[in-house]
Amino acid sequence: MVTTYAVTHGRQMPAISRVASILSRNVAALRSGPSYWLVLLSGFFEPMLYLLSIGVGVGALIGNISVGDKTLSYAAFVAPAMLAVSAMSGALAETTYNFFAKFKFVRSYDSILATPLKPMDIAAGELVWAMLRGSLYTVCFLIIMVALDLTTPLWALVTLPATMLVGLAFGSIGMAISTMIRGWQDFDLVHVGQFSMFLFSGTFSPVQDYPFAVEILIALTPLYHAVEVLRALSTGAPSLGILVSIAYLALTTLAGLMVASRRMSKALLA
Amino acid sequence: MTEPLIYARALEKKFGDFAAVKGIDLEVAPGEAFGFLGPNGAGKSSTMRMIGCVSEPTGGELRILGMDPVRDGSRIRARLGVCPQHDNLDPDLTVFENLTTYARYFGIPRSEGRRRATELIEFVQLAEKADGKVEQLSGGMKRRLTIARAMVNEPDLVLLDEPTTGLDPQARHLLWERLFRLKQAGTTLVLTTHYMDEAEQLCDRLVVMDRGKVVAEGSPRYLIDTHSTKEVVELRFGTESPASFVEKLAGIGDRLDPLPDRLLLYTADGEGAVSEVHRRGFTPSSVLVRRSTLEDVFLILTGRTLVN
Repeated sequence: MVTTYAVTHGRQMPAISRVASILSRNVAALRSGPSYWLVLLSGFFEPMLYLLSIGVGVGALIGNISVGDKTLSYAAFVAPAMLAVSAMSGALAETTYNFFAKFKFVRSYDSILATPLKPMDIAAGELVWAMLRGSLYTVCFLIIMVALDLTTPLWALVTLPATMLVGLAFGSIGMAISTMIRGWQDFDLVHVGQFSMFLFSGTFSPVQDYPFAVEILIALTPLYHAVEVLRALSTGAPSLGILVSIAYLALTTLAGLMVASRRMSKALLA
Repeated sequence: MTEPLIYARALEKKFGDFAAVKGIDLEVAPGEAFGFLGPNGAGKSSTMRMIGCVSEPTGGELRILGMDPVRDGSRIRARLGVCPQHDNLDPDLTVFENLTTYARYFGIPRSEGRRRATELIEFVQLAEKADGKVEQLSGGMKRRLTIARAMVNEPDLVLLDEPTTGLDPQARHLLWERLFRLKQAGTTLVLTTHYMDEAEQLCDRLVVMDRGKVVAEGSPRYLIDTHSTKEVVELRFGTESPASFVEKLAGIGDRLDPLPDRLLLYTADGEGAVSEVHRRGFTPSSVLVRRSTLEDVFLILTGRTLVN
């Protein structure tokens, strides 16, 4: 054993290769068997089925609806919301179930923390991975939206990076929650929260239809902001207002990351 | 004199009110095989975690590879190999991928990682399992793979926490033999164990820990010579309590230690002591004359047995 590397003699690894090392572990795990692919596939279908059944099916009964000064088909109204949901559920699946299993049961992170990597490197790596999984869904979803004439190819391209931000925001929320979760049964609560947001975040009807207090409450939750941004972009009507939502999602990402890495330090580096 | 790889003074670790490590001094030199011997709860694993830079000391001074573990944790860990007490291999990856993936955490390029993984899998005799999943491995194989993983960054210092606990005798011997090879190749090994035979086999020098403190330090031979006698006679008296014989056998050997199931008689001359027992008219149901071990040292120093 003759070769030695900079890293073994005190120079720090750059942040990008620390994050990449976590990604490469997940890529290796991806190759390991069909079970993960099945899980991956199933996550995509749920929002797709909602789009077809409610957006297109129920949409035929509703016809066009007007939001603000714009009139659009009900399917075009629902589609960006389901796009946001697919980014959300893709990212959440990684940072809740998968993250929690590695954190608490397999104890992968204990072994990783014995290397030069720090909790923040792990959190950032897992978050990028979660975002990529969400993006896999949103790319497919956007293609279908274009095919169904629910958005244009150009606006779909503009919308894609926004779905990545949505993935990052939900991934980091999921990760922060996972560090606080006591056992699998707590995931039922997470699911209730996820489902409530799914129903009420301006997904199937404009939030302006709710009582004002409820509208405020909804405006505090992340899926509302995700839907606002993606709907504005995919329908080709961005406004300055979405900057607030973008800031909300970006700040959520940072806050979630910080909470997750701090709690990982507390749990694993005692 | 070369700088010690591990240097600790009055090192302390507290969890709330509970002090797991109560002020210990250590020095480990390059190339040494150093052991922590002690029962469960002695503070061995807490000390190992501090040395591994995954647990901050709450008091005293600690330097690893000449650096401060709190400030330079990342840089120190880059040069450590860690084999934890509980296996935490990646079940989603193959045996080979467990090593190549781990190499990436050290920033080792892909091709070099593969080269090292191939070499190490050969070294720990898992070549034919390379493409299999971790769950198909036996306990001993998993531990060998963990040791291979700890070697993937060509560490200056390898930390092994209870390396053979829970393994069957054959697996233990195979593991010891591999560790001995590493030691001969000049790798600095630091290990914890509650098996005296393991400490005797592998360690040049060790500290005996009990309740967070170091109670003795030296080579296995030195510890035995200093704290125990050359030989030990183990006497059993059927159903009679060993303690009731302490007075009757007083004066034979240097020291008598009654355990629940047997009486230990410390002496330079085992056979002579046995004849003296018989001469006094006692006939133990079983007699075993053996050499003194670290187990005896521990018993003498703490009044308790290592494995309970």
